[in-house]
Amino acid sequence: MNIQRSLLRRLPKGRHFVIGVPFLWLFMFFLLPFVIVMKISFAEADVAIPPYTEVYAWAENKLSIIINLGNYIFLTEDALYLAAYLGSLKTAFFSTLLCLLIGFPMAYAIARADKAKQMVFLLLIMMPTWTAILIRVYAWMGILSNNGLLNSVLQGIGLISEPLQILNTNVAVYIGIVYSYLPFMVLPLFANLVKHDPSLLEAAADLGSSRYNSFWKITVPLAKNGIIAGCMLVFIPVVGEFVIPELLGGPETLMIGKVLWQEFFNNRDWPVASALAVVMLAILIVPIILFNRNQAKELEGRP
Amino acid sequence: MKRFSFSNFMLWAGLAFIYLPMLILVIYSFNASRLVTVWGGWSLKWYIGLLDNTQLMNSVMRSLEIACYTAIAAVALGTMAAFVLTRVTRFKGRTLFGGLVTAPLVMPEVITGLSLLLLFVAMAQLIGWPAERGILTIWIAHTTFCSAYVAVVVSSRLRELDLSIEEAAMDLGAKPWKVFFLITIPMIAPSLAAGGMMSFALSLDDLVLASFVSGPGSTTLPMEVFSAVRLGVKPEINAVASLILLAVSFATFLVWFFAHRAEEKRKKALQQAMDESTGAALMAGPDSRRDPSQVHA
Repeated sequence: MNIQRSLLRRLPKGRHFVIGVPFLWLFMFFLLPFVIVMKISFAEADVAIPPYTEVYAWAENKLSIIINLGNYIFLTEDALYLAAYLGSLKTAFFSTLLCLLIGFPMAYAIARADKAKQMVFLLLIMMPTWTAILIRVYAWMGILSNNGLLNSVLQGIGLISEPLQILNTNVAVYIGIVYSYLPFMVLPLFANLVKHDPSLLEAAADLGSSRYNSFWKITVPLAKNGIIAGCMLVFIPVVGEFVIPELLGGPETLMIGKVLWQEFFNNRDWPVASALAVVMLAILIVPIILFNRNQAKELEGRP
Repeated sequence: MKRFSFSNFMLWAGLAFIYLPMLILVIYSFNASRLVTVWGGWSLKWYIGLLDNTQLMNSVMRSLEIACYTAIAAVALGTMAAFVLTRVTRFKGRTLFGGLVTAPLVMPEVITGLSLLLLFVAMAQLIGWPAERGILTIWIAHTTFCSAYVAVVVSSRLRELDLSIEEAAMDLGAKPWKVFFLITIPMIAPSLAAGGMMSFALSLDDLVLASFVSGPGSTTLPMEVFSAVRLGVKPEINAVASLILLAVSFATFLVWFFAHRAEEKRKKALQQAMDESTGAALMAGPDSRRDPSQVHA
């Protein structure tokens, strides 16, 4: 009886502790910061430390709140920002599509390989995700530059006479993004494909379904959760990508992550940078919720 | 299955696409010529030159320090979050909690970085802490996003666990924390190690978050590399990059090796237990774990 009572008393405490600590941490350092970004997006830039004006003031028993929509209006007035948002969305969309087209066959092949090989392939796919994106992008700088390896090889075998300008164009940005984000597409797809029951495909084949037909009617619908997870893991971070467009892109590359970085670090305009972040978040909130729902299903093992 | 199907071809082509650039980078780091595009024979001089670069070495030490702290904190925090997500099925704000745990995985780094910096600035104004930005603030930023990765890795393992072992321990009167530390933790140890290594690597790699939340005098290795890379390809950077690649592949191999060995051991033990067929004694009533009082009543 005694042990039981102390157990019961301890249980809720332990439970609150285990839930409370990560909850508080994430609330403090993940959720609350967004509120502050929101607040500062309504402030005005100022020559001060920190470089913005206060949104609310308390003086002579009056609480005054000044909501300055100027930053948002400014974003609509300058065509640069709209172009950057559209550029980011376009780049993210096409690179997600490319990743899916390359990644799906790869994940499919790994899922069909025998168990011992699977481990090695997975390790090979996973390793680059642990390596600095910076270094992998840097490796491409050396390959794609005008006097780089690719141009030397192409000229060496006589395919081209003049070096191709690839570095600092959008082509280089696409190569860099697909290269860096491909593992994030392959891993969730594999995790999904490996769970499929091969007897379903056999049954379909027995009933006269072609492999093409079975693939589209059985494998793809079953892989839906994996496809969503993979696409979101690529699409959402790419919209805000900074390193790749900065290092591989050129003046024609307009992406919002780069613009935000410049507003913040070069112009030191914190309120405009905050407004840019708020708008970006508003665009991404639907994909993020979609991803979270999908992850919640996966985390709890629901179908 | 055909030997050379389309998907197999794509797998090999994809792996070549992933690994060739890194291989080329490593080879060129041994290039004796200062001109990065001209091959001037093999040489180690860029590696030796690194040792004299004190600024770089300082940033390496700082990055390693932050990565260590991050790995420890992210494993603790991520494991708790994973435990809550897989074992505590119902409490107020569970959906919000799930969202908070997984959202950092996809949130663009520029947004997280900017928002954390603004939080730190606001806090410094309001309560005077953190007085200056540096290792501490970078650690907080890294821990927040690494614990999401740990939570995903650990929760997938927690879900596979056989609950009956924990239930058996509870039935025999072990307190929940004792069950957790003596039974659950050893069983999920490989994924804890994997999560820790992953956090270490992610923290060591991060450029964007660190750039936002670091203060003067606390430049990390990626920040140092980035400012050099912006000016173009340089042989010294080739050497640094190769060393980082080497360190990360080594760490990855270690994780894989230990996970693999643990898995083999587990399979062997399972096989043994099955052979002895004493498993029935471990069986407990359905779902007694959530309400120990009923079992003892």
